[in-house]
Amino acid sequence: MTFTIPIENGDAGKVAEAESQRTLYPYVTGTSIVAIKYKDGVLMASDMGGSYGSTLRYKNIERMKAIGKHSLLGASGEISDFQEILRYLDELTLNDNMWDDGNSLGPKEIHNYLTRVMYNRRNKFNPLWNTLVLGGVKNGKSYLGMVSMIGVSFEDDHVATGFGNHLARPILRDEWHADLSFEDGVKLLEKCMRVLLYRDRSAINKLQIAKITEEGVTVSQPYSLKTFWEYSSFHNPTASAEGSW
Amino acid sequence: MFRNQYDTDVTTWSPTGRLFQVEYAMEAVKQGSAAIGLRSRSHVVLACVNKAQSELSSHQRKIFKVDDHIGVAIAGLTADGRVLSRYMRSESINHSFTYESPLSVGRLVVRLADKAQVCTQRSWKRPYGVGLLVGGLDESGAHLYYNCPSGNYFEYQAFAIGSRSQAAKTYLERRYESFQESSREDLIKDAIMAIRETLQGETLKSSLCTVSVLGVEEPFHFLDQESIQKVIDTFEKVPEEEEDAGEGEAEPEAALVAAGTGEQGGSGDQDVAPMEM
Repeated sequence: MTFTIPIENGDAGKVAEAESQRTLYPYVTGTSIVAIKYKDGVLMASDMGGSYGSTLRYKNIERMKAIGKHSLLGASGEISDFQEILRYLDELTLNDNMWDDGNSLGPKEIHNYLTRVMYNRRNKFNPLWNTLVLGGVKNGKSYLGMVSMIGVSFEDDHVATGFGNHLARPILRDEWHADLSFEDGVKLLEKCMRVLLYRDRSAINKLQIAKITEEGVTVSQPYSLKTFWEYSSFHNPTASAEGSW
Repeated sequence: MFRNQYDTDVTTWSPTGRLFQVEYAMEAVKQGSAAIGLRSRSHVVLACVNKAQSELSSHQRKIFKVDDHIGVAIAGLTADGRVLSRYMRSESINHSFTYESPLSVGRLVVRLADKAQVCTQRSWKRPYGVGLLVGGLDESGAHLYYNCPSGNYFEYQAFAIGSRSQAAKTYLERRYESFQESSREDLIKDAIMAIRETLQGETLKSSLCTVSVLGVEEPFHFLDQESIQKVIDTFEKVPEEEEDAGEGEAEPEAALVAAGTGEQGGSGDQDVAPMEM
């Protein structure tokens, strides 16, 4: 009995395919998410834009979704990876429901599950290119946490992703306090979103605010903020920096 | 009842719809020394009789910590019990790692039961010969489950397994309605008294039993000998002290105890097989 060892380029081909299957750059991206804890739970705000590089290509993307009974997930970064994460969570919550035993996954569990997923993908050099914000309420306790694409994860009273880190968090550090009412919370978020609208070029003036309380999740209808462009410094923006644009 | 042509294989049904190998496995549980579990709204107590192979050896460990909030007591083939405890610890810790949250007892028990079921449906396997009393605390309260070799599991307010467990069960049946609202101390006392029932006449001493507790804000842990003895002293009026000899009487009692553990065994078997405790 004889057999030949096949000489192929098969393996090389497969390796090359594997290479092109890794995430290398994001393509369609969402910009910042801003979220705060308030008296009854968590409030989260995001706009509805999906940028394709510098083009604002999609203007009706919901970047916040309810997960199970107790949690709300918001994502910035690659939209297709966000959809992938929603599929993972769908499977997770489905299996959780199938137990039908009175236990359910709370925001803490989902946050940690996502941390594991993100970190493991990062270890394989194939990240999910998102920064996720996970908020929820279970048994009266509010929870708000964040996971980045490299698996950095933490909890806080207020979080923001992307440009929000630089533009929104300073506002939140000054003006957030515990037990904000719903109206005050929304006003605070709108203040942050307005700054982002002025200063982040990937932001659009069509935003949603989502609220999660013990009763459940509600995502508002999209609406726009009033903006004012007649500030004197907007008239001649390069007055103090000749030559710039 | 036994020794027929349908009992060679676990995958052979009898004409009356029974799997004899599985039933034989449940017999092994009855041969092991007693284990008892009880629960209240907030606590679960697991207790067992310590049985040693001989006076020279130490006793077998029959209660295992699975996690801070789950413990298990076994009766039957202790080797099988050890392996299943390791599986439970593994499942519990994996869940904690992924979700940073304790695994709920009900889900652990179902996984254990499914694992046991597999062994009843493969011709190259045999059923686990150990019964497990799984006690734990989760979001929905305190739970006590019994997992048997058949792959079935049941939830209980209180239960006893192993040899002479019927005596303990009778005691528990009389008292179980009060357990839900029992205090921690009363629950422990009831567990030790139930253990005493299985000893049937032997003097109850703290060296003869192991007791473990877990509850709200109380992670699983064993009670030390002193605490157990204190509880025993509250209800056990040591009878030999009332007699003339006093100290002298204690020695024959001790000898009786040693002989008693040696001959513990179940229905009709002369000796306990060394692997069963």
